Amino acid sequence: MASILKVSNLSKTYQSAGRSLTVLDDINFDIEEGSTAAIVGPSGSGKTTLLGLCAGLDRASAGEVALNSIVLNTLSEDQRATVRNRYVGFIFQNFQLLPTLTALENVMVPLELHGEKNVKQRSLELLDKVGLADRGHHYPTQLSGGEQQRISLARAFSNSPRILFADEPTGNLDAETGAKVEKLLFELNRDAGTTLVLVTHDLELAAKTQRVIRLKGGKIISDEAASKSIHTQL
Amino acid sequence: MNDYTQKQPLQFNWLLKMAWRDSRKNRSRLFLFISSIIVGIAALVAIYSFGDNLKRDIDNQAATLIGADLSVSDNRPFSKETLHLIDSLKGLDARYSEENSFASMILFKKNQGTRLVQIRALSGDFPYYGELETTPAGAATEFRKGKSALVDKTLMLQFNAQPGDSIQVGNLTFQIAGILNKAPGQTGFASTVAPAVFIPLQYVSATGLLQKGSRINYTVYYKFPKDVDVNAMVKKLDPKFEKQELNYDTIQTRKENTGKSFSDLTDFLALVGFIALLLGCIGVASSVHIYMREKLTTVAVLRCMGVSSRQAFLIYLIQILGIGFIGSVTGALLGTIIQQILPVVLKDFLPVEISSAISWLAVGQGILLGMLISVLFALLPLLSVRKISPLNTLRLLGEEKGGWKDWARWLVFLLIALFVIGFATLQLDGWIQTLAFAAGLFIAFAVLYAIAMLLVWMVRRFFPTSWSYLWRQGLSNLYRPNNQTAILLVSIGLGTAFISLLFFVQSMLIGRVTMAAGKNQPNMILFDIQSSQKAAIASLTRSEGLPVIQEVPVITMRLQSINDQTAADIKKDKKTTLSVKPFGREFRVTFRDTLGDTEKLSAGKWMGSVAGPRDTARISVEQKYAESNHWHVGDRLMFNVQGLMVPTVIGSLRTVEWNRVQTNFLVIFPKGVLEDAPQFHVLVTRVQDNRQSAAFQQKIVQQFPNVSVIDLALILNVLDEILDKIGFVIRFMAAFSILTGLVVLIASVMISKYQRMQESVLLRTLGASRKQVFAITALEYVFLGALSALTGILLALAGGWALARFSFDTPFRPALSVIGFIFLSITALTVLIGLLNSRGVLNRPPLEVLRKEV
Repeated sequence: MASILKVSNLSKTYQSAGRSLTVLDDINFDIEEGSTAAIVGPSGSGKTTLLGLCAGLDRASAGEVALNSIVLNTLSEDQRATVRNRYVGFIFQNFQLLPTLTALENVMVPLELHGEKNVKQRSLELLDKVGLADRGHHYPTQLSGGEQQRISLARAFSNSPRILFADEPTGNLDAETGAKVEKLLFELNRDAGTTLVLVTHDLELAAKTQRVIRLKGGKIISDEAASKSIHTQL
Repeated sequence: MNDYTQKQPLQFNWLLKMAWRDSRKNRSRLFLFISSIIVGIAALVAIYSFGDNLKRDIDNQAATLIGADLSVSDNRPFSKETLHLIDSLKGLDARYSEENSFASMILFKKNQGTRLVQIRALSGDFPYYGELETTPAGAATEFRKGKSALVDKTLMLQFNAQPGDSIQVGNLTFQIAGILNKAPGQTGFASTVAPAVFIPLQYVSATGLLQKGSRINYTVYYKFPKDVDVNAMVKKLDPKFEKQELNYDTIQTRKENTGKSFSDLTDFLALVGFIALLLGCIGVASSVHIYMREKLTTVAVLRCMGVSSRQAFLIYLIQILGIGFIGSVTGALLGTIIQQILPVVLKDFLPVEISSAISWLAVGQGILLGMLISVLFALLPLLSVRKISPLNTLRLLGEEKGGWKDWARWLVFLLIALFVIGFATLQLDGWIQTLAFAAGLFIAFAVLYAIAMLLVWMVRRFFPTSWSYLWRQGLSNLYRPNNQTAILLVSIGLGTAFISLLFFVQSMLIGRVTMAAGKNQPNMILFDIQSSQKAAIASLTRSEGLPVIQEVPVITMRLQSINDQTAADIKKDKKTTLSVKPFGREFRVTFRDTLGDTEKLSAGKWMGSVAGPRDTARISVEQKYAESNHWHVGDRLMFNVQGLMVPTVIGSLRTVEWNRVQTNFLVIFPKGVLEDAPQFHVLVTRVQDNRQSAAFQQKIVQQFPNVSVIDLALILNVLDEILDKIGFVIRFMAAFSILTGLVVLIASVMISKYQRMQESVLLRTLGASRKQVFAITALEYVFLGALSALTGILLALAGGWALARFSFDTPFRPALSVIGFIFLSITALTVLIGLLNSRGVLNRPPLEVLRKEV
C-alpha cells in the first residue's frame, strides 16, 4: 500500500529563556493509506508537537514531513492551509467547535471552503450519521460534551479527508460517552477508508488501532503493531 | 505542479457569510466597540451640517447683514473729495442713509443709571434689507420722526426701562420709542460689548458730542436701482476709495468676509470634533484588540480547516466595515439631531438666522469618514489575525510576538498619520498650521499617555501592600491583563484637561482685571474731555473726594511717511521690510517730559522736550510695535496732525506694561511740540464702590455730557459675560470628548464583562460576599476615575502655567476649589457609569450569569 504520511529525520527545537529545547529528535516513520495508528507516550514526550507537524500546523526545525507526497516544510502557512483543507481532518480533545456557528454550520464550513455544492444536504447526512440530525440548529454551548465531539466528528469527515488527525478524542469525556464516540470514530473511519492518526494517553484506545508509535523524551522508543505493543506494555 | 502552491480563491460570498455568522452572537459587543466613534461622528456631522446651513444662510441673508447695497465709511469727517465721491453715488438714483456712530455715555432719567453705549445717529430709511426689529414693531419708523431713540434690549433690561422713558444723550433728552431687539448684522455678542442706541441724525449735532478729537465713524448706506451692477461699480471706484482711505462694504464683500470668519469657526469646531473622533478610534482599536484576543481559538480552528490568513483577516475586516457603517449611520443620525442645538449654542456669535435643514452632504461625509477611520484604527489589532497559528488549537500560544517588525503595521500607522494630516489640511490654511496641528495632537496624546502610564507605573511600584484585600484588589484591577486603563485615562483625561484649562484661563483673565482693580489702583477712566472742560472736571472729581491720578492730553494724528517713503511708495517697493499697516491707523499720542512707572527705556535716549521751536521732535515708540513694523531708532516719521505735517525722529524705544488701568501710548512726543494741537484729555481716578461710581458718573453725564466714562466694574462684567459665552461653546465641544471617554468606559466594562464574571464567580465561590465584590468593582472605578481626572488636571495645570507664564505674564494660582470640584465630578461620573454597567454581574447569582453569558 502507498504511504500517505512520511516523516523523515524530523526534529523540533524551541528557544526558551535563551536555551534551546529539543522536543522531537530524529523521528522517522511512514503511515500507509487507509491504516490506523496511535502515537502514545507520557506527558511532555512530544506527542502533540508531532501531531502538529504531521498535520502541517507547524514547521519542523529539521527533517521533513510529506503528506500525500507533498513536502510540507517548503510550503508557506497559507499553502499548508490549502493542503489541510483538501486532505486533512481534525478531531480535538476540547472539540474546538466554532462557538458562534450552529452545529450544522460547523459541519458545513470545510465543504463551503472547498467550494462544493449541496453543502447543506451533505452536512445534514453527516449529522444524521452521528445521530444528531435534530440538533443542527443548536449552538455548541447548547450541546453536551459528547454531542459536541460527535459534531466535531461529522465536521472532520465532511471534506472526505485522506487522513484524519485526532488529539485525545475522548480525553474530555466520561467513559461511557467516550466509548460511544470511539465507536463512532472507528465506524466512520472504516466507512470512509480514511487514514487515522491519533494521539492518546489511553492505551485501550491505542490498542484499537493497527499500529502504536511510542514516544519518550522526543524520541520513538517503539513502533509496532498495536496488539504486540499493548502486550509489551502490559 | 500541485495547485495548492497557487493562492486560494478568496470566495468573497463565503467570507461575507462567515462574517455574518461569526458576528451573530457578538453583534451587541461589536456595536459597543463602534459606539466609541458615534459621538465623534455625531459632532462632525452636526458641525458640517451647521457649516453648510450657515454658508447657505449667509448667502441668502447677506443683504440683511449690511442692510444696503453699499456702505462707505470713514473715521474722519468726510473731506471735500470724499463728499464729491459720495454725492456722485447719490446721483445714481440711489436711496441713501447717513449714520454717525460713536461711543458715548447715556443717562436713564428715571433711575439715573448711566452706561457707555454705541450711539448710532441715523438718517433716511436704513436698513433697506432686513429690518430694525423693535418692540413695539412700529418703533423702528416712529423714532425717526422726533426726539426719540431705540435702545438695545440688554440695556432696557439692565436699567429696567420701558418705552416712553427718557434717556439723556449729550445735551439732549430723547424719549425711548421702543426696544431694539435686532439690527442688521448685529450679533448678541456685539451688544454685550457695546449695546446700541439709535437716534435720528438730525439731532446729533445738538447733542454736542461731535467735538474735535472724538472718535466718530461716518457712514453712508446706499440702495441702488436694480439695474446698477454694484460689484462692477465698486471695482471701478476702488482706487478712489483707497486714495481717500475710505472703508467700503458691499453685499458681496460682506458675504465673503462673514463666510470666511464663520468657515474659520466651523473649521475650528470640526477640529475639536475630530479630536473626539480620534479618541473614539483609539477606543475602537483597544476594544477590537480585546475582541481579537478572544477570537484566537476560532481563527486557529478556521486555519486548521484550511482558511488562509487573508481570508481570516477579511472575515473580521468585513465585520468591522459592517459595524463601522452602522456606527457611522447612527452617529450621522445623532449629529443631525445635535445640529438643531448648535445654532442655539452659538446664537450670540451669529449674525444670521440659521436654518436647520438636513445636510445630506454632511451626512455622507460623516458616514464615509466614520467607516474609513474605524477601519483604519481597527486594522492595527486586526493585522494580528494574519499571524495566528493553527497550532493554537492544540496548545494556546497566544499572539505572535515581534509585531513591530511587521511592515503592514507600519503602513497602517503611516495611513493614520496621512489621514490625520489630510483631515487637518481640509480644515486649516497652510502646511505649517496643518503640521503644527498634527504634531500638537500627537504630543498631546503622547503626553497624556505618558502621564497615564506613569501613574499606573507608580501604582504598581508603590503598591500599598498594607491596605485591606478589597482595596488592593480594586487597585490592581488597573493593570490586569486586557485592561483599558490607558485609553480611558487618555480619553477621559483629555476631556477633563479641556474643561480644567478653560476654568483656569477664565479665572486668570478675570483675576488679571480684578487685580488691576485692587486697592489703590485706578479703576475709572474719563475720556473725550475737551481742553475747556479739563479744569472743571478735575475740580468736580476732587470735590467728590476722588483722586486725580492722571491727567493726560491726547492728540490724534496719522502717519504721512517713514524715512520719506509714503504708503504708496512702500506698496510699490518690493524690497522694503516696512509695513503699510501703520499708515491706515489713527495714532492717539500724548506728550510729556518723563517716563511713567509702567514704562522702561529699552533703546536710544529719552528726550523729554525739544531744545528749540525749530528742532525735530525725538519721539519714543513702544518697543514691540516698533519691532513688528521694522522701525528703528533714528528712523524719520512724518505725522499729519489734523492737516499740519509734523516731522519727527525715533529717539528711543521703550517697553510698556499694558495690563494696568491707566493711559498708555504707542508713541510719546516730547514737550514743546503738540501743546497747541487740537486735543482732548483723559482723566484717571479711583472710586471706592459702585454707589460712589454711579453718583460720580451721573454728575459727569449731567454736567459734561460729551465725556465718556469707562468703569472697571463694567469691564469686569462684560469680560465675565464674554468668557461665559465663549466658555459655554468650549464646554459644549469638550463634552464630546468627555462623552467619548464615557462611551469607551461603558464599552470596556461591557467587553470585559465575561472576564469580570469569571473573577466575580471565583471570588464568590471562595466566600466573598456580594457586598465585597461590589466594593472591589466600585473601588476599581474610583481609582480609574480619580487617575483620569488627575491626568487631565495635571495636563491642564501644565498648560495653565505655560499660558500664565508666557502669554498672560501673570502668576498662576489655580483655584483649589475648582480643581477639587472637577476631580470629584469626573471621578463620581466614572464610578456611576462603571457600576451601572456592572450591575448585571453584581446583582445576579453567579451560576445564572455564567449560563446566560457564556
